[in-house]
Amino acid sequence: MNSQFNYKVLVIGTGPGGYVAAIRASQLGLKTAVVEKDKLGGVCLNIGCIPSKSLIYQAEVFRSIKQLEHMGAKVDLTGFNYENVFNKSRKSADTLSKGIEYLLKKNNVDVISGEGVITGEHEVTINREKQISAENIVIATGSRPKQIPGFEFDGEYVLSSTDALFIKKLPKSMIILGAGAIGMEFAHIFNAFGVDVHIVELMDYILPMEDRETADVLHKSFLKRGIKISVSTKAVSLNKQNGLVELVTEDKDGNKDSLQADKILVCVGRTPNTDNIGLENINIEVEKGFIPVGDYYRTKLNSVYAIGDAINTPLLAHVASKEGEIVVEHIAGKNPAPAIDPRHIPSAVYSVPEIGSFGYTEEKAKEAGIDYKKAVIPYKASGKSIAVEHTEGIVKIIIDSKTNEILGAHIAGAGAADLIHEILLAKTSELLPQDIATMIHAHPTLSELVMESMRAACGWAVHI
Amino acid sequence: MAEKLPMLALSPTMEEGIIANWLKKEGDKISSGDVICQIETDKATMDYETTAEGVILKIVVHEGEKAMVGDTIAIVGAKDENITSVLEEPQNAKPAKPSEMPPEKTGSIDREYDKNARESETENRKEQIKASPLAKNIARQHGIDLSLIRGTGPEGRIVKTDIEKYMKEKTGAPVSGISPVLKDQVVELSGKRKIIAERMTESMFSAPHFYLKIKINAGSMLNARNKLNAPLDDKNKISLNAFLIKFTAEAIKKHPVINSSLKGDTLTLHANIDIGIAVELKDGLITPVVRNCAGKGIIQIDRELKQLIEKARNNTIRNDEFTGATFTISNLGSYAIDEFSAIINPPGSAILAIGKISKEPVISEDNSIEIQSVMRVTLSCDHRVIDGATGAKFLAELKNIIENPVNALL
Repeated sequence: MNSQFNYKVLVIGTGPGGYVAAIRASQLGLKTAVVEKDKLGGVCLNIGCIPSKSLIYQAEVFRSIKQLEHMGAKVDLTGFNYENVFNKSRKSADTLSKGIEYLLKKNNVDVISGEGVITGEHEVTINREKQISAENIVIATGSRPKQIPGFEFDGEYVLSSTDALFIKKLPKSMIILGAGAIGMEFAHIFNAFGVDVHIVELMDYILPMEDRETADVLHKSFLKRGIKISVSTKAVSLNKQNGLVELVTEDKDGNKDSLQADKILVCVGRTPNTDNIGLENINIEVEKGFIPVGDYYRTKLNSVYAIGDAINTPLLAHVASKEGEIVVEHIAGKNPAPAIDPRHIPSAVYSVPEIGSFGYTEEKAKEAGIDYKKAVIPYKASGKSIAVEHTEGIVKIIIDSKTNEILGAHIAGAGAADLIHEILLAKTSELLPQDIATMIHAHPTLSELVMESMRAACGWAVHI
Repeated sequence: MAEKLPMLALSPTMEEGIIANWLKKEGDKISSGDVICQIETDKATMDYETTAEGVILKIVVHEGEKAMVGDTIAIVGAKDENITSVLEEPQNAKPAKPSEMPPEKTGSIDREYDKNARESETENRKEQIKASPLAKNIARQHGIDLSLIRGTGPEGRIVKTDIEKYMKEKTGAPVSGISPVLKDQVVELSGKRKIIAERMTESMFSAPHFYLKIKINAGSMLNARNKLNAPLDDKNKISLNAFLIKFTAEAIKKHPVINSSLKGDTLTLHANIDIGIAVELKDGLITPVVRNCAGKGIIQIDRELKQLIEKARNNTIRNDEFTGATFTISNLGSYAIDEFSAIINPPGSAILAIGKISKEPVISEDNSIEIQSVMRVTLSCDHRVIDGATGAKFLAELKNIIENPVNALL
C-alpha cells in the first residue's frame, strides 16, 4: 500500500507545527517530506516568537542602563544604533532556521522547496509543475497578520507585526492598535528604546484573554513607564499626512478624539493561510478562514489533516507542535489523545512584567458558574523578588471549592512564563494544591511564590 | 512555643472522631476548660474541653473531617507565632500533656500496636492502586472504592475522568432500554453511620456468630405488666423492655458466661450486668445502658431507661451512658417483626433479638389447642466464648422466668 505513494506523510509548512510533525513522523518510521515556500521554521522562527524575543531581551539590556547609572557608571549612548539591535534579532532567527534544516536532515525528512497546492486527496503540486503523492497530507500553513479595512498595511506608516520586526530605525512615536499579546510585547520593546507608545484597545481592558488581575499588573506597570493606554476605544479612521499618521478614535460614550504618531502598528489578530492552498480541489470549505477538523485534527477527508493556526485552536506555536505530534502518532497507529485539552495550554506574554497562564480565568470561572476559590500572592511576598528588584506582580490560582482541583493559574511578573509550568504539571497530573504547598522549594527563588500561592489556597500562607 | 491539640479519646472505645463543629475559630483566644469544638464520636456528639492556653493559630481538621485519636486537630500558641515548624513535625511526634492523654492509652500498648499495624496494612493496599491525588480526593468525597475503577492515565493511573465516568455509569445506567428518569441520590455518611458500619463489620467478621431461637409464652409477663400498670398513669407505665431487661438480668445471673467479654487471650466475666437496649435514632442507632440490672427493681430500671432514651433522642446522652454494655437487647416487636437475628454489640458476647408478641394456637401437653401470646426470641452468641449448650441453657432459663415471673424471685 505504501509503495503507491511517494510519501506516507507530506507536511505543508515548516513552522512549529509542520517541522515538529515531520520529525516526529520520521521518528515513528513514516516516510516523510515537508514543503516550504519560504524559510524553514515558519513565522515563529523567522518573523514571530524568536526575533521578537531577541528584541525583548535587548530592550531589557537597554533598560538596565538606569541600573548602571545607579551604580555611578556613566553610559554614553551617542553611538547607539537600533539597526544593530535589529541585526542581532535576525541573527537569532537565521541561526534557528538553520537549526531546523539540520534537524530535518538528521531525521531523514525530505525538504521540498516551493509553494505546495493540494490537487487531490493524496496529491500536492509544487510550484504548479511537480506532483507529489502522499498517503497522508498535513496542512500546517500557519497564519499572517490580520488586515482590517481602512487600516491596510503599507509597511511605512501602517505596520503589521512582521513590519515592526523589520524596523531598522526607531520612530519617535507609535500607536499600537490592539492590546493582545503581540501588541503588548511591541509596546514593551519600543517603550524600552524610548519610543512614545500609545496603545488603543476596543475591549475594556488590555489582554482581554487574560485574567483581569494579572492584566491589571501589566496595565499599571506600563502606565508607570509612560506608555499611554486607551481602552474601550474604537479606531474609526486613519489619515496619513506630513509624514505622520492620524488616528480618529471614539470612546464608549461616542466621544471622538484624534491621536498622532509617526507610525501605527496594527495587531488585531491573525488570518489563517488557508486561501491559495488548493482546498477547493478537495472540496474542503473553511469556516471564518479556519479548516474544520475532528478528532486527531483530521478533516472530512481521511487522508488530510490540519493543525496549528490553520485551524480554530489557540494560535500558539506550542499548540501547533502538539497538534502535529497527535496527527502523526495517530497516523503511525499509536494511541494519542484525540485532541489537546484546551484547559492544559499555557500561554505567555513576554513583556515586562511577563505573563504566564493557563486554564480558567476568574472571569471565565464565574461565567461558567463554577464554585471556585482563589489565592493571590504578591511578588512582594518573596525575598528573591525584592533582592532582584522584580517586586511587580502576582501569582493567582483558581481552585475548585469542592474538589480542590486546580482550574487555572495566572502569573504576572518576572519569570512568569517559566514559573507557570510547575502549576501546569500539577494540573495535568492532577496534583492538589497541598502537593505543591508541602513540596520544598529552594530559597530564595521566585518559585517560592508558587508554593506560597498553594499554601494560601490551603489556608496557611506563611509570608503574607 | 505553639502546641498541637490532639483528638482526644472521649470514650473508652473511641478510635476516631469527626469534628461536628468548631465553637472557636482561628485567631480566637482560648483558656483551659473552654469547649473549643464538638466531636461526633461512636454514638453521640461530645464537647471537646481543652487544657491549653493561647490563641488558635490554625485549625487542621475542619468541620465534617475525621481524625484518629492522637491526630492534631488544631494548633495553639502565642498570637502571630510562626507555626511552620510545628506543622512540619511528623504527625506521630506529638507529646500531649498527661491530662490530655486519652484515658485508656496507659497499658494498652497492644491495642495501639494492633491499630498501627492495621493502618499500615490498609495504607499498603491503597498504595497499590495508582490514582492521582485529585482522583483520590473526589473518590473519597463520594465514597467510591478506587479498586472498582480502571485507570486510563499514564501507567494505568486512575484520573479524574475515570471517576467521573464511573459515577456516570453507576447512576445513569439505562434499565431495560428506557433511560432512567429517577437518579440515585449519593449521600455522605454521617459519623454515626460510619462508626456503626465499622463496628458491625468488625463484630460480624471477628466474632463467629451462631443463633438460637426459642418461642416463649409471654402471657404471664403481659399479665404481670397489666397488673403493675393498672394504677399508674400513662407516662409512668412500665415498658415491656424494662421487663425484658429485668428477666434477662435474672437469667444471666445463673449463666455468667453470657455476660462476658473476650479480649486477646483473656475472658472477663463482668461482675455487673449492664444491659444495653438498641434505640432507633434519625441517623443511626444507639444503645443506652442500664447499669447493674441484677441489683435493681423493675420500676427503677424502667425509669432509668426512659431517661436514657430521652437523652439519646435529644443528643445529650453522655458517652458513659451508652458504651460498655455487657449484654444487649434489640426489640423489633413494635415493627411487627416475627423474629430476627442481631449482630453482637461489642464488648458483649451475645445479643438477644426480640420479635413481636402474637396470639398463636399452641398444642399443649394434653393435646388440647390453646391460644397463647407467643414471643419469638433469637440469641446471637460469639462462639469463641459461648458454646451451643451454654447459650441454650441460658435461653431455657430466660423462657422459664418469662413464663413464670415468680421464678425471678428465686
